[in-house]
Amino acid sequence: MSEDGVSDKELKVSAIKEGTVIDHIPCENAFRIVRVLELQKTEDVVTLGINFKSGKMGKKGVIKIGRRFLSREETDKIALLAPDAVLNIIKDYKVTEKIRPEIPDVITGTVKCSNPNCVTNHGEAAQRFNVVSRKPLSLRCAYCERLTGEDEITFL
Amino acid sequence: MKFKGVHIISVRDFGKDDILYILDCAARMEEKRRPALMAGRVMASLFFEPSTRTRLSFDSAMRRLGGSVVGFSSPKATSLAKGESLKDTIRMVEGYSDVIVMRHPLDGSARLASEISRVPVINGGDGTNQHPTQTFLDLYTIRKCKGRLEGLKIGFVGDLKYGRTVHSLAEALKHFGAEMYFISLDELRMPGTHLDDLAAHGVRCHETSDIEGVIGLLDILYATRIQQERFPDPVEYERVKGAFVIDGMLLEKAKPDLKVMHPLPRRDEIAEEVDDSDFAVYFEQARNGIPVRQALLALVTGAIE
Repeated sequence: MSEDGVSDKELKVSAIKEGTVIDHIPCENAFRIVRVLELQKTEDVVTLGINFKSGKMGKKGVIKIGRRFLSREETDKIALLAPDAVLNIIKDYKVTEKIRPEIPDVITGTVKCSNPNCVTNHGEAAQRFNVVSRKPLSLRCAYCERLTGEDEITFL
Repeated sequence: MKFKGVHIISVRDFGKDDILYILDCAARMEEKRRPALMAGRVMASLFFEPSTRTRLSFDSAMRRLGGSVVGFSSPKATSLAKGESLKDTIRMVEGYSDVIVMRHPLDGSARLASEISRVPVINGGDGTNQHPTQTFLDLYTIRKCKGRLEGLKIGFVGDLKYGRTVHSLAEALKHFGAEMYFISLDELRMPGTHLDDLAAHGVRCHETSDIEGVIGLLDILYATRIQQERFPDPVEYERVKGAFVIDGMLLEKAKPDLKVMHPLPRRDEIAEEVDDSDFAVYFEQARNGIPVRQALLALVTGAIE
């Protein structure tokens, strides 16, 4: 029990009946993921925690989202911001599936090119990137060839 | 690589062997006139923004091979002024021609055109991104005047930040074990992403603002123009453009067989007194655009293999 009388387990887990728990998020990107998934607009309970101890990462972030399962497109976005993330699919308080999002070789239609003069930012073509490196993340626009790093990523 | 039907969009698409093959074909084009090689073939020349050298040399290259040219040199007089998309323009033009040469102000426009067109597209410059035929003619010039591409010490001076010719040439030269010296003011340095990429390929790179300190080491000095439009403050522009002037006094410290290149047009980067010296190869470099573009036109249309 912690000092305020709430059990550690309750504090850290606050189990959800149904939904998704995103684990192993780099702390610095936890708030970005909240924004990208637009969790501030959801009606259901969302719990965000950062600076949890992690054997693998040192510190990690965790986001729990009640009654929400992520689309493929959303999973692809998480892969870019949290390459080690694990998505736990919860049904009836149990983890029924673990998904490890992977960065594909080609990323289409999710990331905006950071070059304002790129043909994709002028309505002529859909965004497409070739993944040059996963760690550190580096994407090359298939059209203007400009490199985009993790810090510069903006989603469509 | 079989070149028939291949689009020429970016130097990044071509390996060392491909580059050497293109240069060999260009050398054959220069050796012997072939006035009927492209007879009956049509090149569409789509210049969505102005260009003198690139447009004229492609026109000349095609006509000297017996082909003909249709197109425009400014979008103002075309249906683009009526708001036609690039995609629709390409779909129309591919029906009128065997090869499309295109210059367009947007980065990536040439790649997009190549994804739509059923005839080969040759990029004549897409925004600030790529200008591959310039790179091939630069490589051709280097090989012609130095007898080799391997193991040269090459200096780049001027606008290394925005100069697409510098970026592309450095990218291509990484296949040939070049040692590179990037000479610029702080505000016009070679972008870090390019330097990282070169370093990852084992290229020895040096950055300096001291041209006198390195001029004696170089086999090639590649100068570029500093574009006035990058500097809204005229005082600032005067300062940066005067920072590196290649003149007789500087070249006294150079190796006697140093060659000075420039993609042209030049402003004040190279003093006129250099033009008649053995150092100057920039006008020959412009002339080399003809055999190189002839080779590319003939290769992608399948007129030669």
